This record gives sequence, structure tokens and C-alpha cells, in this order.
Amino acid sequence: MLLIENLSVAYPARQGAAAVLKALSLSIPEGEVLAVLGPSGCGKTTLIHTLAGVVHSQSGRVVLERDGRQTPLNPKTHAIAVIPQNCGLLPWKTVRQNCLLPARLRGQDIGKAQAAFEQICEALKIGHLKDSYPNHISGGQLRRAAMARAFLQNPDVLLMDEPFTALDEITRYEAWDLFLSTWRQQRAVTILVTHSLEEALYLGREIAVMGQTGGAILSRHENPFFSQLQPDAPEYAALKKRLLHSLAPAQEAAL
Amino acid sequence: MNGMNKHLYYFALGFFTVNLFWALGYLLTGTPVIPSPWTVYAQTGKLLQNNILLHIALSLKRIGLGLLLSLAVGIPVGILMAYSKIAGAVLRPFVYFTYPIPKTALLPIAMFLWGMHDGSKVAILFLIIVFQVMISVRDGIESIDPAYYLVTVSAGASRMQIIRHVTLPAVLPALMTSLRISIATAVAVLFFAEGYGTRYGMGYYILDAWSRLDYAGMYAGILVISVVGYWLFASIDMLSKRLYRWR
Repeated sequence: MLLIENLSVAYPARQGAAAVLKALSLSIPEGEVLAVLGPSGCGKTTLIHTLAGVVHSQSGRVVLERDGRQTPLNPKTHAIAVIPQNCGLLPWKTVRQNCLLPARLRGQDIGKAQAAFEQICEALKIGHLKDSYPNHISGGQLRRAAMARAFLQNPDVLLMDEPFTALDEITRYEAWDLFLSTWRQQRAVTILVTHSLEEALYLGREIAVMGQTGGAILSRHENPFFSQLQPDAPEYAALKKRLLHSLAPAQEAAL
Repeated sequence: MNGMNKHLYYFALGFFTVNLFWALGYLLTGTPVIPSPWTVYAQTGKLLQNNILLHIALSLKRIGLGLLLSLAVGIPVGILMAYSKIAGAVLRPFVYFTYPIPKTALLPIAMFLWGMHDGSKVAILFLIIVFQVMISVRDGIESIDPAYYLVTVSAGASRMQIIRHVTLPAVLPALMTSLRISIATAVAVLFFAEGYGTRYGMGYYILDAWSRLDYAGMYAGILVISVVGYWLFASIDMLSKRLYRWR
């Protein structure tokens, strides 16, 4: 279980509107995906950066609870994998070098990582791209390579920042599908931040709606339509409507 | 066109136009200060007799030392300027203030500090190259996509690992581009730096011929320095193409 308690993050005086989190609390049960849905600029990305250890919080804590023991989440002691918006593959490294980098950074057995890499490349259908550079492959392939890198780390926590929204529809459905089938084999605690209702409904077991300011969680919804593509059920439309209402009550009232 | 052919093509084109203007200058002015290209080319046989290879080697050694020192100092300082708020605040104004100073004007100080031999020559070449290195490294770092830090920090990378896997490869292209330009400047400055305290170097060769009013020999030396300069420029260009195939 990942516990986020009273997390506050403020950027030191910098120009431009810096997104800030104020006393954010969230919990994600073991083996679940929480989709955090929110408008752009609401602090979703800051949340990911903080959990990944790039941005430091002013107060509050993030702990991973396992077998009744709580340890503060830290990239030095936990395997944290991130799939950022543009995938974040280092352009000067091949897909293989990118995927094996976390193991190298952590000083793990490269031979073992190599074998796992070969396997996951087959599963994600990028076997022919292992030695390609990221700038030379397509957007969909890039996402799959980023997934390979993330899953290879066997992460305790998986963080995703709208990794699929830049894809065209067909490629996106394919990527979602591949993601879920691979994710099911490890079931890392996962946070997916997105502004896409559809994505949240497909990939999130639960959906939390974040407000425009301060990263406040406005509502949290169970999602019975997890991993179902465009279900016809009237409940699906109703849930979508509730989420939309929760996201932008003011706009909806104006319509 | 591949890299090698492209450089040969530009070299041939440059060579042709330079000679064209040169011949025109000779025919139009008729002064002994501009000897005809054919007189000068007749002199090129003498270059080898005059140990031109040794002159070239010693000039390259000075440039090489200046370059190594510049990289050894410029890269860490550039990294510090970008990553440390305090170092950035202190160094930035200093660098921008001293950047426009013509480095050859500091020659007396360099001579005073490092003597008349290679010390002061390397110091001047160092001063010319190091600013380009610092600034291109710092600017290169500022344009790194934050996602690259995100994926490496979350994977447990230490500071040194980040510098090795993210920072250095990311700034390399900009660094190579600026080196291409600053090394060309360094070659041009040999003319001053080798004007004293030595009997070898391409700059010395030109100045020596000039002082003997041997204009044909002087132009032969100028030809040599431009060919060597072009060769340096082209090799850095080809090296950088090879280094970032990933682009």
C-alpha cells in the first residue's frame, strides 16, 4: 500500500505559475492502479516528480507499507519506475541501453537483466528495435520501449504521466492493451495521472479527481469498467458524467 | 554526400575561390606585397626543406594542450554554473564580463605569469577556448529535458551517474559545435602567440618570412595554416557526426 499523507510541495520563487500541492493525502492499495484525473496545471506532474524523488516536499510523508512495515518511499531503497509524458528515453542510448540503464545504475546483475529484456521485448513486440535509437522509432514504439524499461525494473511503484495521450486513437488502444497485459504480471502499485477521461476509465481501478488548485482531491470513484473499451452500459455514461461534473462543476453549470 | 566527400568538395570550392581572388588581386594591384599564386606555389617545395612538418606539429601540440586544459576546466565549471545556484550567481557575471575581452590583449600578463615559452602560448589558447566550453556546457545543460532527470533519479542514480549518463552526452553536440569555432580562432591566434619566444610553429613561420620580406614564403605559410585549420575544422565536424548518430 502506498500512503501519501499531508504532502505539501512548493517550488522556490520561480517565474511563471508553479503548481503547488497543499496537504495532499492519497492511498493506493497493493496491486492497484489509481488514475488521477485533473485539468492541466493542477499539480499532477508535480505529484509524479515528488514521488519519483526529483522534487522535494516541504512537509508530509510518502510511505510504502508492506507486511505491516512502513518505509519512506525513496528511489535509493525502492524500485520506482516512471513513464513520463514524452517517455523520457535518453536519445543517445539505444532502446537496449535505455532499458538496461536502471539495472546498471543500481549495480544489479546485467546478465539477468539482459535475459529479462529479451523476453519483455518479445511480449511488447519491439524485438526488432532493440538496438535502435529513440529518435528513429515511432511514437507507439517509443511508448512500448518506455514500458519495457519500466517493467524491467520490477517496480515497487510505477508512476505514469499521460504517457499515451500523444498517440493516435488506434495506437493508443493498442498501447493500453499491451500495458495492461504486462502490468497484470507484476501488479506494481501504480499512479497514472491523466487529463483524459477515457484513459482514466480504461486504466484506473479507481479514479481520483484533482481540483484546479492546491492539488486537492475532490472525489474518488470505484471504476467497475477497468480494462473495458467503450462499454455500452448506461452506468458507464453515468460515471463519465459524474467524473466530468466533479472535474468542472462550474463549466457544466454554465452549459 | 557523405561527410568525407562533402568536406573535400567544400575544400576544393574554397581553394578555388581563394585562388581566384588572389590572382585577381595580384593582376590588379601589381604590388610585391601580393605575389602571384604561381610564385607562391613554386615555393611550396621549400616548405618541407624548412621543416614545415615540425612547425605544424609544435603548433598542434600547443593547440592540443590548450584544448585539453580548456575541457578539463571548462566542463566542470560549466556544470557547476548550471547545477549550483551559488556558483551560478558568482560565476555568471564574471564569465559574461570577461568573455568579450580580446584574449590576445592579455598576452603581457600571460608572459609575465608563465614565461616566454609554451606556458604563455598555451595560456592564451586556453583562454580563447575555455569560455566557449563553459558557456556551451552551461547552455546545453539548461536545455536538457527534465524527463531525463526524472527517469534516472527515480532509478536511483547518484549525482555522478547523472552527469555521466545524462549531462555529458546531452551537452556533447553543443560542445563540439563551439569547439569547431573556437579552435579555428585558436589557429588564427597562433600568429600572435608564436611571434615571440620560439623558433617553431606555423605562426612563427609566417612572421619569420615576413620579417625577411620573403612574401612568397609568407604566403606559403599562410596556405599551410589555412589547410591545417580547415583540416581541424573538418575532423571535429566528422567526429561529432559519428558521436551523435542518435540524432
